[in-house]
Amino acid sequence: MLTFILKRLGFALITLICVLTLVFLVVRILPGDPALVILGDQASPDSVAALRDRLGLNDPILVQYASFLGRALQGDLGNSMVTGRPVTSEILNVLPYTLELTFAALVLGTVLGVPAGVWAAVRRNRIPDYLMRLVSLIGLSLPAFVAAIILMMVFAIHFGWFPVISAGNAETLTERLRQMALPTLALALIMMAYITRVTRSAMLEVLSQDFVRTARAKGVSPSRVVWTHALGNCLIPITTVVGLYLGILIGNSVLTEIVFSRPGLGKLILTALTQRDYTLLQGMIVVYTLMVVVVNLATDLTYGLLDPRIQYK
Amino acid sequence: MTDAAISVRDLRVSFSGKEVVHGLSFDIPRGGTLALVGESGSGKSVTSLAIMGLLPQGIGRATGEILFGGRNLLGLSERDMCRIRGGEISMIFQEPMTSLNPVQRVGDQLAEVIRLHRGLSGAELEEAVLEMMRKVRIPAPEKRLRQYPHTFSGGMRQRIMIAMALACSPSLIIADEPTTALDVTVQAQTLQLLKDLQQETGAAVLFITHDMGVVAEVADEVLVMRHGKVIEHGAVHDVFSNPRDPYTADLIRAAPTLAGARPEARPAPEPLPGGALPAAAEACGAGATVLEVRDLKVRFPVHGGLLGRVQGNVHAVEKVSLSIARGETLGLVGESGSGKSTIGKAIIDLAPRQGGEIRVAGQRIDYRDKASLAAMRRKVQMIFQDPYGSLDARQSVGSAILEPMLVHGLAKGAEAQERMAWLMEKVGLDPARAGSLPHEFSGGQRQRICIARALAMEPELIIADEAVSALDVSIKGQIIDLMIGLQEELGVSYLFVSHDMSAVERICDRVAVMYFGEIVEIGPTPEVIRQPGHPYTRRLLSAIPITHPDQRGSRRPILTEDKPSSPIKPVGFQSPPAQWGRLGSDHFVRCEA
Repeated sequence: MLTFILKRLGFALITLICVLTLVFLVVRILPGDPALVILGDQASPDSVAALRDRLGLNDPILVQYASFLGRALQGDLGNSMVTGRPVTSEILNVLPYTLELTFAALVLGTVLGVPAGVWAAVRRNRIPDYLMRLVSLIGLSLPAFVAAIILMMVFAIHFGWFPVISAGNAETLTERLRQMALPTLALALIMMAYITRVTRSAMLEVLSQDFVRTARAKGVSPSRVVWTHALGNCLIPITTVVGLYLGILIGNSVLTEIVFSRPGLGKLILTALTQRDYTLLQGMIVVYTLMVVVVNLATDLTYGLLDPRIQYK
Repeated sequence: MTDAAISVRDLRVSFSGKEVVHGLSFDIPRGGTLALVGESGSGKSVTSLAIMGLLPQGIGRATGEILFGGRNLLGLSERDMCRIRGGEISMIFQEPMTSLNPVQRVGDQLAEVIRLHRGLSGAELEEAVLEMMRKVRIPAPEKRLRQYPHTFSGGMRQRIMIAMALACSPSLIIADEPTTALDVTVQAQTLQLLKDLQQETGAAVLFITHDMGVVAEVADEVLVMRHGKVIEHGAVHDVFSNPRDPYTADLIRAAPTLAGARPEARPAPEPLPGGALPAAAEACGAGATVLEVRDLKVRFPVHGGLLGRVQGNVHAVEKVSLSIARGETLGLVGESGSGKSTIGKAIIDLAPRQGGEIRVAGQRIDYRDKASLAAMRRKVQMIFQDPYGSLDARQSVGSAILEPMLVHGLAKGAEAQERMAWLMEKVGLDPARAGSLPHEFSGGQRQRICIARALAMEPELIIADEAVSALDVSIKGQIIDLMIGLQEELGVSYLFVSHDMSAVERICDRVAVMYFGEIVEIGPTPEVIRQPGHPYTRRLLSAIPITHPDQRGSRRPILTEDKPSSPIKPVGFQSPPAQWGRLGSDHFVRCEA
């Protein structure tokens, strides 16, 4: 088990170094002089040369690479080209908002999606099944920002139940939850669509297996057969989808945050893009990579908890 | 019939309006055993599901009467049936490997049924679970109950199923092919255990099987079903002595007969000079040798540790030597895990070889040389166990038979077509059906197609890996007859890998007994069966069910529970040289130290 984690952490480190290298190269390949990009076209050659010197752009490329890598591995991703503040602290300031939103959507999507999928499987080819399949199809085909806009128009603008802008400046817990409600729902609906589909097909397969028949022959009630015996065996495919989708969810949260003017990685990345803040963008790519790597490791470790047959080597 | 544990009257079962069981009636007295015998599709398993109320909802429908404890089970609600299932009527299924929930602890699965029907909890419940595990002779039950099913062998899992079935002292146990998936020695142990526990509890047993040997061992009464109808019903002695229906007689004849005989006096092998198996043991009789295997070794590495280094090897096949003459059939018998299938796979390069030499038709095969491999593949063909899985579902059977000829350039165009039609006729199929897809054929017909495909290459040797094991008894007989007929006509040799002694008895000229990767005995089939020289051969043969209920008690299976040494050996392990002895002119046996 420990060997497995160490091995996977080793792989994670290699992945991270590859991404860092890529990020380093991309900025060097970009047309134009970074110093010129920062200072603008009107800058005097003297100030450009001074900046080049300060950024270390006059060093041989390998020296630049080594110092970039060394600093990055210590958590120093450089300073923002626009604000001049450290990239790491810029990201850490808004990261909790995104994590909060993603996590809430994940929980809500699972809590709604798993029972819906089970229900559809048990009532296969009957009205509940058709209904769930239709709902999840809509969820799958609706882009995140469309769902967000519809939710906002209905519940925030027409009914006025929730604030239009969730600026993350809430004082009380209720206010904070009210602000989070709509963005969470928008993300959770898509999550739920995926989970419902996977749960349904996994459940249909498990229900036809021999041990389900054994449980029935033991006199276990049909509902207990489904919720304990069968569902326990569906958790692996569900976890796979949750893990895979978590990456997409982080991406989708960008759009949702923008629609609801919520602070978070989404707004930060938008700012960085419009202002051509290359160092900030670099840092964000690294942070996204880190999150995906962590989620993957967590998924793999969860498998072991769910299925005793899985052993880590 | 007041003393009947269960009375079934005119039971009819239909699926989506199509009737599959046409009026079945029987009684089982308390403590009695009724064997329900039939092949696949006879309606025997459907009958058991109807009694349990487990027919697929909305599709299966049962009418008639199933009287149990004064009530008609067919009229009960799902709630009431839940109380009866597992408590008053319990069931043991065929597939122990898949019948337990893989993600629940064994103890919890056993506890569930006791909690549901006996209302125990806490320490009392755990004690009841332990008691049942001890009853079915699970070693170290305190440790085992916290483990998951995948750490149990097939036989142990079936014992857990039996423990679950008996935990609430049911008055009826339905055992649906409970030993079909088990090795014979494990089958003998399981049957014995079931018999002991039945005597203890006085439960009635409905025993569903297709194996008349098992019937002869356990049943009081026999009911034979075919196509959903009863064709024979009577006391077990009467049915075995005077079967009224020819179909019943066929089923009885299909049981192994030689093995049923009591082994004659234990012969003492004459030690061979030097102790090594002489070349004469393989160079059998006259005629050319088609296959010659010398010191074949197959090992699978076991990885472990941080860097996944090889920490040991599974010795799947260890220094195996054998040979087959033209037109001869050599049987390779043994239990699961004995390495018998691996030998066949190693010959056709589907398993890695770590040593040894293989000659086909006198030519040594160089597995690194493409031309040599191609030549071997032309001369050696294989038939597998599962005729469903070994044909491409989207390829017409004619094209499946043509393909090897075209690939190896044996025939082209009209000539190939002609040969394909000839092959189909040879295996008893209508060449007009060459355009049909595999799913339009029955299991037996599909196996015929596989044989035709193998014959298309005009092979010298066909390796039949459990080729008849998945087939119903009557179909099995036909396929074996076909294989024997083709051998006489075409002179092909067979390496017949099987755990089924009745099939081995019928088709094999010689037989080699495998035990943990090594051959322990080899000789002419009748001699090995009548005068088994090796203790393992004797144990294997003693476990084969009897052929007539009169023989009950005449042959006690040698039930040993001792664990053989692990097949996983450390790197660099060398097995000690084998000492061989001679029992007959070409009957050889390993002498154990």
